[in-house]
Amino acid sequence: MLSYALRRLLITIPVVLLSTFLVFGAVTASGDPLQDLRQQPNITQERIDNVRETRGLDDPFPVQYWRWLEQVPTNGFGEYMISPRQILPDLQRVIGNTLQLVIAAEVFAFITAVALGVASAKRQYSIFDYTTTTISFVGFAMPTFWFALLLQVTVVQIFELTGVRILPLANLSSANPGTGLAWLWDRALHLVLPVITLSIVSIAAYSRYMRASMLEVINSDYVRTARAKGLSEGVITRRHAMRNALIPTITVAALSFGGLLSGAIVVEVVFGLDGMGQYFLNQLQRRDPYPIVAWLSVVAVVVMVFNLVADLLYGYLDPRIRYD
Amino acid sequence: MTDQSRPTDPALGPQSPSNGADEAIDGYSDGTAVKARSQWQMFRTKFFRHKLAMSSLLYLIIVTVAAFNAATIAPYAYDEINVAMASTGPTFEEWHLFGTDQLGRDYFSRVIYGTRTSLQVAAVVAVVSTVLGVVVGSIAGFYRGWADALLMRVTDIVIIFPLLAVLLVAAALFGQGRPIRIGIIAALFLWPSLARIVRGVFLSMREKEFVQAARACGARDLRIIVRHMLPNTVGPIVVNMSLVLGLAIILEATLAFLGLGVNPPTPALGRLIDEGRSAMQTQWWLVVMPGLALVSIVLAINFVGDGLRDALDPTQQES
Repeated sequence: MLSYALRRLLITIPVVLLSTFLVFGAVTASGDPLQDLRQQPNITQERIDNVRETRGLDDPFPVQYWRWLEQVPTNGFGEYMISPRQILPDLQRVIGNTLQLVIAAEVFAFITAVALGVASAKRQYSIFDYTTTTISFVGFAMPTFWFALLLQVTVVQIFELTGVRILPLANLSSANPGTGLAWLWDRALHLVLPVITLSIVSIAAYSRYMRASMLEVINSDYVRTARAKGLSEGVITRRHAMRNALIPTITVAALSFGGLLSGAIVVEVVFGLDGMGQYFLNQLQRRDPYPIVAWLSVVAVVVMVFNLVADLLYGYLDPRIRYD
Repeated sequence: MTDQSRPTDPALGPQSPSNGADEAIDGYSDGTAVKARSQWQMFRTKFFRHKLAMSSLLYLIIVTVAAFNAATIAPYAYDEINVAMASTGPTFEEWHLFGTDQLGRDYFSRVIYGTRTSLQVAAVVAVVSTVLGVVVGSIAGFYRGWADALLMRVTDIVIIFPLLAVLLVAAALFGQGRPIRIGIIAALFLWPSLARIVRGVFLSMREKEFVQAARACGARDLRIIVRHMLPNTVGPIVVNMSLVLGLAIILEATLAFLGLGVNPPTPALGRLIDEGRSAMQTQWWLVVMPGLALVSIVLAINFVGDGLRDALDPTQQES
């Protein structure tokens, strides 16, 4: 088990190295990282040449990449291209914010999807089943950003009709969020719309899985046995059927963590959240390869850990599976 | 197959279909219960009976024909400005079915042109990623070796990184541009899932008797792959293609929304939504209408894909 986990983590290293190398090349080739600097007033050609010199921008990109890689173990992810700011503190801040959003969305999506999946499997071909199926099909077909915009319009329309400001439309906090519980409440309110938006696709996907695996389990022999020995329907669902039906859903949920990060990019743009997606887009627009490569490395490790957790969970939940 | 199950199989075989086929007998003029039908015929009857899939297919055909004849179908040109009708909601007056924007441009026409862009991108993505996926997947499944190693490494990369992030870097590098360009960029990241499916089917099929029989007859590798193994993989390939089509449309719209899609002034559904965003609180149609077009198309594609999956699945008996 441990060696399996270690091996999986070790595989990540060459993958991360190769892909950061490729992305570094792509970003360097795609534009001028000094464009921001050139646009600023009061910047002399001397200063630009200076940056070009110290950063070695005239070297071929493998050399540049190596120079960046060399300093990672000692210097964290280093500084931005044109300012002496460290990348790491910024990255930590946006990762923290995004994790709040993504984890809340994942938990919300998982609970909702399990409830929906179980309920529609128990009443297969009922009106409820058809309704959830239709909704999940629509949820699947809906671009995240469009749904986010619809939510924003709805909230504003409610405000104009009733004068009640039910939810904040953008940003992570109010101008004056307070401290302690007040801060927490403020943050939670700000996250409601983004979390709903981000989880809608996941709910659609997970509930389909949950329904399918629940249907499979409900018709199995051991559930019939449980019913035959006179257990109540609730106990059969909760203790016997649902536990086994959860296994594939949990795996899917953990494996789609990378997908949630994709969704987070869009959600953060629409709701103006100071998270990883917004950060990534900003740096991409500035054509600064250093923060982008740092971003990708961190994301790769996070996603890899989640995939590993999915694998190990799978083995734990289903004892028939053995890793060697 | 074990020996124990063998005796029961022939007994079950003729019985269960005839039970299920009782209603179907009426359909045949000669009244025979068992009629030889090719795979294609079986697929056709099953698919045609799938009402949702059929109506979705019809919808898609209409939309596609309309989109690719946008110049004749659309009541206005996509950039035709009519200040007198600026910021009108959806109305039958002068056929502004989807309303107009601040410049009086007709949104119904813009949506038709935008749909054309989306469909072009999606078609390119589907074709390119399917060809790549089938080629790499079948080589990897048949020969293992370098193709297998390549496939596994690329899959590692695709699994580890959020698709949208990688796509954004690629779009920034290769530049926005014509639909075909965006399509190829997206396809480069969408083929591994199909390749893995094809590889899986090929691995399990490689040792089957019919493949060995073909080899014993002296068939060369290419013939075995193309004539014997690929036809048995058509189901998963076609279903995956429909999934990719839907995904590609959403991805293209997302890229356009984030400003990295097809070049302006070509209308794309994602960009239409982005442009309408600033005025969406007073002119909801600017956001809702292009979005509805997008959702309905993706929904229809998914329904067709569902129907295809049901029809192509030989284990599923006709009901």
